[in-house]
Amino acid sequence: MAPFTKPMPIFNDLKALATGLFVTWKHIFRRPVTVEYPDAKRTPYPRYRARIVLTRDPDGGERCVACYLCSAACPVDCISMEAAEGEGGRRYARWFRINFSRCIFCGLCAEACPTLAIQMTPDYEICERDVMELVYEKEDLLIDGCGKDPEYNFYRHAGIGVVNPRGGNPDEEPPVDVRGLMP
Amino acid sequence: MTDLTLDITIHLAKIALIFFVVLTLAAYLVFAERRLLAWIQDRKGPNRVGPFGLLQPLADLIKLLTKEDFRPPQADKWLFYLAPAMAAIPAILTFAVIPFGAPVRLLGREVPLQVADLNVGLLFFMALSSIAVYGVALGGWASNSKYALLGSIRGLAQLISYELSMGLSLVPTVMLAGSLRLSEIVAAQKGVWFIVYQPLAFAIFLVSIAAECKRIPFDIPEAEGELVAGFHTEYSGMRFGLFFVGEYINIIVLGGLATTFFLGGWHGPLLPSFVWFVAKTLAFAFFFIWMRGTLPRLRYDQLMHLGWKVLTPLALVNILATGWWLMIRELR
Repeated sequence: MAPFTKPMPIFNDLKALATGLFVTWKHIFRRPVTVEYPDAKRTPYPRYRARIVLTRDPDGGERCVACYLCSAACPVDCISMEAAEGEGGRRYARWFRINFSRCIFCGLCAEACPTLAIQMTPDYEICERDVMELVYEKEDLLIDGCGKDPEYNFYRHAGIGVVNPRGGNPDEEPPVDVRGLMP
Repeated sequence: MTDLTLDITIHLAKIALIFFVVLTLAAYLVFAERRLLAWIQDRKGPNRVGPFGLLQPLADLIKLLTKEDFRPPQADKWLFYLAPAMAAIPAILTFAVIPFGAPVRLLGREVPLQVADLNVGLLFFMALSSIAVYGVALGGWASNSKYALLGSIRGLAQLISYELSMGLSLVPTVMLAGSLRLSEIVAAQKGVWFIVYQPLAFAIFLVSIAAECKRIPFDIPEAEGELVAGFHTEYSGMRFGLFFVGEYINIIVLGGLATTFFLGGWHGPLLPSFVWFVAKTLAFAFFFIWMRGTLPRLRYDQLMHLGWKVLTPLALVNILATGWWLMIRELR
């Protein structure tokens, strides 16, 4: 009962009421911030996180090496795949499946991916009547382009020290002569 | 045609007109409220059905009529079916005593634009506004659901805290007009509207009718944040629709009464009297919608505090002051 034993600060209350009413009055004439969705669509930002795709490297090969990191990072376990080895011993995913009815579009898979294969796109309109339609297989996920990082090719950077001598490859510096650092 | 049949015909025509106009207005008030609230919240509101969404009330009606009419298995059958009507009927019945225009000449006779010019019109309104809460109370009780019951208990508690101040705020009006007849109260405001003499009573009445029609600062019986939907939680389809439309009829009726008591009723320059009445009534409706877009809900005890410790004493003091003022004016 403590607040009510004080005399009611009636003028402050009235002022607060009038202020509130004035604010809403101004908003009546303000332009709406919403758009009429099916008629007008907002362009999402390039880094908008919606439908997930599997990208290819600049040479046209699949980037995905079926390392399972995306699957492990996924908090709702909506990514599954089976690894296989192609000729030359390179790994690829025999099948790759994302269940978009479960996906929460958090982007952790794309962050986990070491080869930049799995990427988020701004395409947010993926509603289906049948929930099974939302289970995307590898052929639905794989696109022909390189996605957000068109230059990147995982195999130009990984494992090259075994084949080529160190220091001669693109974006690699020659080994530092440790003795040369001495004063 | 004899005089009697002509009388009955004219009365029935007036009743039909009121039913049609008030129900249509109530349906469009729902639409107007949705659009206005949307604008207040920087949205667009319903604009897909028909031009500017003007057919939205029709779509709502079709939706409500085709929905399942569900009754909870444990509910009290008859009361459950009766309650929505008990909420809606007193609301529209109150309109019978409101003069909504200047008397017109029709078929060689003076026809007052009012269904029943009761000599206790004001008391009739007070009685009906008390009866209207039975719909809320019984609807919540018959639903046999804790939320509905809590809502109806709150509805009753709300009634006893605003009704007294509402009645008392109208006493100065009666003192000034010298009559409980609504047509005479309007006639007394031909020169100066009572809001000029009685701004305090008007303010008290405004707050009280906001509580009476359970609008947002006082929507404690519904309180969708706390009680799901309050007293009409268990209602679906058109029974819910009846509660809903009853609420909006109530807004129109109470707006009309506030117009009658304080804003000079249908009096006004230039425009026809009917237009003035509707315009003033809709101004009240707009104010209620505007208030809904602005204010948060009061707590249960805050309403009690407001009703019993602020509005009622103020109304009593106002009555005394009016009495003294009238006496002094008489003596001079």
